Amino acid sequence: MKDAGHLFRFAGLFVVAFLVFLVVRGYVVPKTFGQYGHYRGAAMGEIAQHPVKFAGHQTCEGCHSDIADTKTKGAHAHVNCEACHGALFQNLPVPPQPKGNLYERFVALIVPPPPPTPPVLLHADDPATVTPVKPDTLVLCARCHTASAAKPKDFPQVDPTVHMGGVPCETCHNPHSPAIGSDASESPATGGAK
Amino acid sequence: MNISRRHLLILLPAAAVAWKYVEAGTPDASPNYQMSEHWWGMLINIPKCIGCGNCVRACQTENDVPDGNFRTWVERYHVTDTEMTTPEVISPDGGKEGFPVVQEDAGKYFFVPKMCNHCADSPCTQVCPVGATFISPDGVVLVDQKYCLGCGYCVQACPYGCRYLHPTKHVADKCTLCYHRITKGLTTACCEACPTGARQLADLKDPNDPIHEFLKTHPVQVLKPQMATGAKLYYFGLDGSVR
Repeated sequence: MKDAGHLFRFAGLFVVAFLVFLVVRGYVVPKTFGQYGHYRGAAMGEIAQHPVKFAGHQTCEGCHSDIADTKTKGAHAHVNCEACHGALFQNLPVPPQPKGNLYERFVALIVPPPPPTPPVLLHADDPATVTPVKPDTLVLCARCHTASAAKPKDFPQVDPTVHMGGVPCETCHNPHSPAIGSDASESPATGGAK
Repeated sequence: MNISRRHLLILLPAAAVAWKYVEAGTPDASPNYQMSEHWWGMLINIPKCIGCGNCVRACQTENDVPDGNFRTWVERYHVTDTEMTTPEVISPDGGKEGFPVVQEDAGKYFFVPKMCNHCADSPCTQVCPVGATFISPDGVVLVDQKYCLGCGYCVQACPYGCRYLHPTKHVADKCTLCYHRITKGLTTACCEACPTGARQLADLKDPNDPIHEFLKTHPVQVLKPQMATGAKLYYFGLDGSVR
């Protein structure tokens, strides 16, 4: 036993190396790695932080209930507001990013982080500043309703050159309830920035 | 060096403290969203799709998808009775601005919206060498862009061609099933913008979701079922010529 000292010295070295390994590993492996599986659990939360740009028709209907009432009676009942009016958002300037700790700054030198996504403001948050652009019906309506043999046969289609000859669609149709004579006078498509 | 009992008693707690440090750190909890209560998929009703490209544009707006890359796109198939196995497929700019008008009616035409199938047994997540892509506990295949090396293995592995390398971030990018929306109770941007209801987000764990009634009463198919990817994009009216 008196000659076994060198073995214990090696064992001690192994223990110290193992402890150093654990501490280094604690730094380089993200805290949430392995929480749900072989990936970083916090990634899901980060992806969920992406700004929402399409507010959803429920948001629009909160204020524009008159349009929603007109829409429910017509053929466009299931066409959501933003399908035609576009997303209700406007980009805001990117705020200054936090520098992070020493390790994160070192990593950022080697692997530059992706550019930050600009925050957004929705029309619903500030109706005066963010105004959705009023769509040009000659372009908008034609996108869906231009006749093509490739489209489903039961979908209403017209040849734009023959059907209206350059007259905007909303002259005869209320886009919110498109059948002629349906509720064309009620809640016509007005407003919005031109 | 001879480790006495005294030294061992000092070393053991030190190791325990180091171990605690390694284990430390609790994840961010989502307050109103329980991942275990959802299993997301989508229903695509091919006879309803008119090829307007609204979904493609909405996806690019919502998710800042760079031009020339697509998280979702629409293909138009033209199949004649004599050329069943070699259909003519077009997708100009992903169908973003619609499709050229067809005058004569020779053979059948239909539109097939495509996107990530959010496979339960996805080949793309299996090949990732660093654990940067994964299927979340609620059934969405995601990319951890802080962890991705941009090696492109997953882009090759996806049998549906649903991934691309982001031209400026240099990491893999793909459909997130609008994870930032569905975790807030909204539907995806493509479903929100679809004028005909050809796309419907489905929560397969929600017993009240209309998907269950639809799956019980309609014939549906997934793309490339022979690959056993566990795809959760259910197509109604899918033609055999679709690849």
